Amino acid sequence: MQNKFEQYNKEVMKHFLKPKYSGKMKNPDVIGRIKNNMCGDIMEVYLKIDKKTNKIKDIKFQTMGCAAAIASSDVLCELAKGKTLQKAKKIDKKKILEKLRGLPSIKMHCSVLGEKTLKKAIEEYEKKIIS
Amino acid sequence: MKQIYLDNASTTKVDTKVVEAMIPYFSEKYGNASSQHLIGQEAKRGLEESRHTIAKSIKAKDDEIIFTSGGTESNNLVLKGLFFANEKKHIITTKIEHDSILNTCKWLEKQGAKITYLDVDKGGFVNPEDVENAIGSETLVVSIIHGNNELGTIQNIEKIGEICRAKEVYFHIDACQSYTKVPINVGKQDLDFVTLNSHKIHGPKGVGALYIKKGIKINPILHGGGHEFSLRGGTENISGIVGFAKAVKIIKNSNLKKINELRDKLINEILKIPNTKLNGPKDNRLCNNINISFGNIEGEAIGGYLDAYGICSSTGSACSSHTMETSHVLKAIGLSDLEANTSIRLSLSKFNNEEEIDYVLKVLPKIVKKLRRMSPIK
Repeated sequence: MQNKFEQYNKEVMKHFLKPKYSGKMKNPDVIGRIKNNMCGDIMEVYLKIDKKTNKIKDIKFQTMGCAAAIASSDVLCELAKGKTLQKAKKIDKKKILEKLRGLPSIKMHCSVLGEKTLKKAIEEYEKKIIS
Repeated sequence: MKQIYLDNASTTKVDTKVVEAMIPYFSEKYGNASSQHLIGQEAKRGLEESRHTIAKSIKAKDDEIIFTSGGTESNNLVLKGLFFANEKKHIITTKIEHDSILNTCKWLEKQGAKITYLDVDKGGFVNPEDVENAIGSETLVVSIIHGNNELGTIQNIEKIGEICRAKEVYFHIDACQSYTKVPINVGKQDLDFVTLNSHKIHGPKGVGALYIKKGIKINPILHGGGHEFSLRGGTENISGIVGFAKAVKIIKNSNLKKINELRDKLINEILKIPNTKLNGPKDNRLCNNINISFGNIEGEAIGGYLDAYGICSSTGSACSSHTMETSHVLKAIGLSDLEANTSIRLSLSKFNNEEEIDYVLKVLPKIVKKLRRMSPIK
């Protein structure tokens, strides 16, 4: 039974308390979903993709998780929006952490959740296109 | 921002009357209680008057109270002290103890102790029959948390005490959360050891006590200059001890009634939010404890939003612990990791008022709604 909020920096708290990209998307082109077995967090990202340019037109997330997981999700969406799928695939935990200006050490895995969920969504989309 | 403090099971605000009682012992009566001169003897008087207050509060004799640095030390002292003073090696405890009992037991296992960790039911209650069945010829002590820190469950210590007496094993209760909230009577309840502490009852941190029934031999874990009947070395923390006793003296039953009413209002209103569940029992629950799971959202995140609104709470969520492990207490009452992750604990004190509770009830449903909109699980 602990209270950890003072360990989160202002940037993390901003994305946690006022996320810009949270919510469900109507008719997304693809959904990526990952469950973190370590802490039970679940993240979903929804993508709309411009078929001509292969760019992410719109992105939203839904996350069941802690403050760090929600903030990581929001930052991931911010980083991915407008990027080509190729570039978006390169978004990793390091970039998410940079954007958040760091997380408490015990919360590092929350940024991994963001990276994995987006990659999974893009892979799903590419599979769909090929088939 | 004005803070609404609902984390009183963690620690409490020190009452100003307690602070006032302590002050003379820093700058006037600052002596060492072992010294013969006037200033030392003033300190000694403060120490012994405080000992009397604590003893009286649980119907014990003065020389059955040992002052310690707090609940953790008292719990360490009773189990280690008994183990090293006896031949018997079997200790019975429960799966819902405070870490200061569980980790002491784990350490004692390495020293050759055999520990039985009893299950509890959905409400967090130990079945006295299970205690009886677990006691064998090698059993030294039964150690049980009186009022649980996470769930508020108050154990039937009268019944368990009776069993221990009949079977001739020692009985220890950890009363850190229940002290001054639930009556403790060492004679009537057949108690051999009771852990008490100060900072949960608006006293200072760093001070607690252990009741040791007269005639029972234990070994000290802090060896020193003969303080506390040679059971706890170290110059006594007189100001802290005096503050502890003052905190006990100013307890009013009317305060407990008020806390109970505010708690019931909070529980009843929070449970009107869809998909919520009270963890722990409805009855036989500490008057200040609330523990509720909110389906599909994480307790840590709820706590984060509450904090942003100036409300202090705590959570049993794994995401909030040092070890990323789910609360062992919530697991013991049968909650899945997911359910435990969705829980928050609110714990009240006499300093909370109706206005604060109304504010919590105004913002909490909004927070839950917002986080549920964010959650992919519906």
